[in-house]
Amino acid sequence: MKDYSELKNQLSGLEDKLKKYREVLLANLVMIGEIPAPTGKEDNRIQFILNRFDEAGLTDSSIDDAGNGIGVLSGKESENALLLNAHADTIFDMKTDHTMQVASNEIMGPGVADNALGLAALVSLPYILEDLKIELKNDLVLLAGVKSLGRGNLEGIRFFLENNKFDIKNAICIEGIQLGRLSYSSIGMLRGEITCRVPETYDWSRFGDASAILTLNEVINKINDIRLPKRPRTSVVMGSIVGGSSFNTIARDATLGFEVRSESQEVVEKTGDTINDIVLEVSSKTGDQIELDIFAMRSPGGIPFAHPLTKCARSVMETLDIEPRLSPSISELSALIDQKIPALTLGITVGEQTFKSNETIQIEPIYKGLAQLIGTILAVDGGYCE
Amino acid sequence: MTEDIVSNLQNWIDKNTYHHSEFWDLKKLVEAKKKKNLTISLCLPTLNEEKTIGKELIIFRSELVERYPLIDEIAVIDSGSEDKTLEVAKNFGADTYLASDILPNLEPKRGKGENLWKAIYQLKGNIIVYVDADISNIHPRFVYGLVAPLIYREEVKYVKAFYDRPLAFSGNVRPSGGGRVTEILVRPLFSLFFPDLTAIIQPLSGEYAVRREVLEQIAFPIGYGVETSHLIDVYHKFGLEAFAQTDLDKRVHENKPTQALGKMSFGILQTFIKRAKALGVFEKAEHETLLRQFQAKRDQYEQNLIEIVEEERPPMIEIEEYRKKFKK
Repeated sequence: MKDYSELKNQLSGLEDKLKKYREVLLANLVMIGEIPAPTGKEDNRIQFILNRFDEAGLTDSSIDDAGNGIGVLSGKESENALLLNAHADTIFDMKTDHTMQVASNEIMGPGVADNALGLAALVSLPYILEDLKIELKNDLVLLAGVKSLGRGNLEGIRFFLENNKFDIKNAICIEGIQLGRLSYSSIGMLRGEITCRVPETYDWSRFGDASAILTLNEVINKINDIRLPKRPRTSVVMGSIVGGSSFNTIARDATLGFEVRSESQEVVEKTGDTINDIVLEVSSKTGDQIELDIFAMRSPGGIPFAHPLTKCARSVMETLDIEPRLSPSISELSALIDQKIPALTLGITVGEQTFKSNETIQIEPIYKGLAQLIGTILAVDGGYCE
Repeated sequence: MTEDIVSNLQNWIDKNTYHHSEFWDLKKLVEAKKKKNLTISLCLPTLNEEKTIGKELIIFRSELVERYPLIDEIAVIDSGSEDKTLEVAKNFGADTYLASDILPNLEPKRGKGENLWKAIYQLKGNIIVYVDADISNIHPRFVYGLVAPLIYREEVKYVKAFYDRPLAFSGNVRPSGGGRVTEILVRPLFSLFFPDLTAIIQPLSGEYAVRREVLEQIAFPIGYGVETSHLIDVYHKFGLEAFAQTDLDKRVHENKPTQALGKMSFGILQTFIKRAKALGVFEKAEHETLLRQFQAKRDQYEQNLIEIVEEERPPMIEIEEYRKKFKK
């Protein structure tokens, strides 16, 4: 077992020291959070982040061909690189009012937790490390990744991982919430949409029973009847439903957004096949057009619980009195796992109302969350995780 | 004569109208401020502003105190908020004052102008910048855009904000100017009595930066008339050359209902009439028929002069034909 005492010394009092940077961090959070960045339209937000990297004197900062914002904090030895990643896109569209409200203990606004806070931590870090006179041996590559969510399907980070010039040995993904989150593995996932349409040529004399919503309901019932195994753990998430146009018009179309998640790739694929069969069956019975569009898949994988990187992170958390909550992830971590890069996802603070326009985060736990992030960086940089 | 005024005003507009982006280099601005030995105080007058004050303080402290030390002091002067405005302001490091606690020997009055006036006594800076606390799209430009002309140009004493840049407009020319009270009341009044002051694009904007030597010499209406009176008094004492104005892009705040604008207009009129009388300008305005509005061509602002002659007919009884016809 590696001796963590020197690392623990470095962590002692760090949480308190970080309180000094409250305004710097929160100002970044508010300014980033107020720039709308729906998936695929992150340009303005990325430009702001780049300006911050430039101001912090990161000479190598740039926007890559996929639109990702990249900053590099060069290390003293610059042999290897540690990648810090925060996704830049949100689920909120351009028209949403992105105003952030700051109260004494909390900040509220759409996307404040997912992932304005993660990005704020990313862009504030060079300023904080410099002010704390923390010099790293290895390069710290800061990535604000685009097109991560939904149909984006991790396009930004995948492009970066396939095309970058760095020798990335480890990676940390930063999410705004929840503090204590420790993800080191990815589960298998399949994400798609099922769209039902009543054809234009439909026989409208069949009064009353022609509705895309009813057809979709049939599909949902059948998916719900799929027998899923308890081991490996598997679930189908019915995530969203959109359909119809008014009270008194029969719905011409209806769409279900869903995700299949499982610890086993085989079960994910099998469940996907079953859903495809259901779609064909309901379509032939009703005569409606039903389309299945699967646009994202993840393979299960990751590092083991006993991997030195996970151990390091747990040790840092323990020192800072953070209770680790282990959970698999299907976000950017999966892209890193696919590239065989040992990686973790950490949360910065606690929050609630995620994905709603009144998404809220607590200010006070942020210092602990940041100390955890810096502690883990120091652990990786100090060779504790090899 | 009119042509001279127009060309002088256009020269003034070209020379003294800025866009905040001209002052993006905060490092250079801070150096210039240090070199000139200036101190800058930011005053945020408040009344029940808990929703927006926290964000303003975070952004100003991070960007203009911690990163670039442009502001030396940030003070919230409150009129007696019943919400958590002062608690939030204290928490985010502002010096907080109740207006009634400043100069306690004077009879307390309640209004934004009171807070602005008492700031001159309470704050230390030789430049004071006032920013309303209800701006939801707050940005450091609201401060640096206003203090920069004072830092770079000694002859400038009073810098006023204006807001433009609509998100979308068609054609090359767009109408530009202030809000409803500005366009309906203040601009016509200035066109009649103080044509020079029509060069100020948004005379009622609540954000401005002023040198102490000016602030200490002008009276402060405590209510709605404070911005209008400032313009007239500073113009009277120091001339148009003392002013500059900066485009701060968009300002998002709650829109006021028409009735509230009526109250505001009434207050402004009282202030205006008092000053117009004292300066004896009523008689001068008799032959003035030009209304001066603004239009913008891309980044250029120019005055749009509209001749409006209000001719009159006498009472019909004075017309001979009428009297004959109706035997009167």
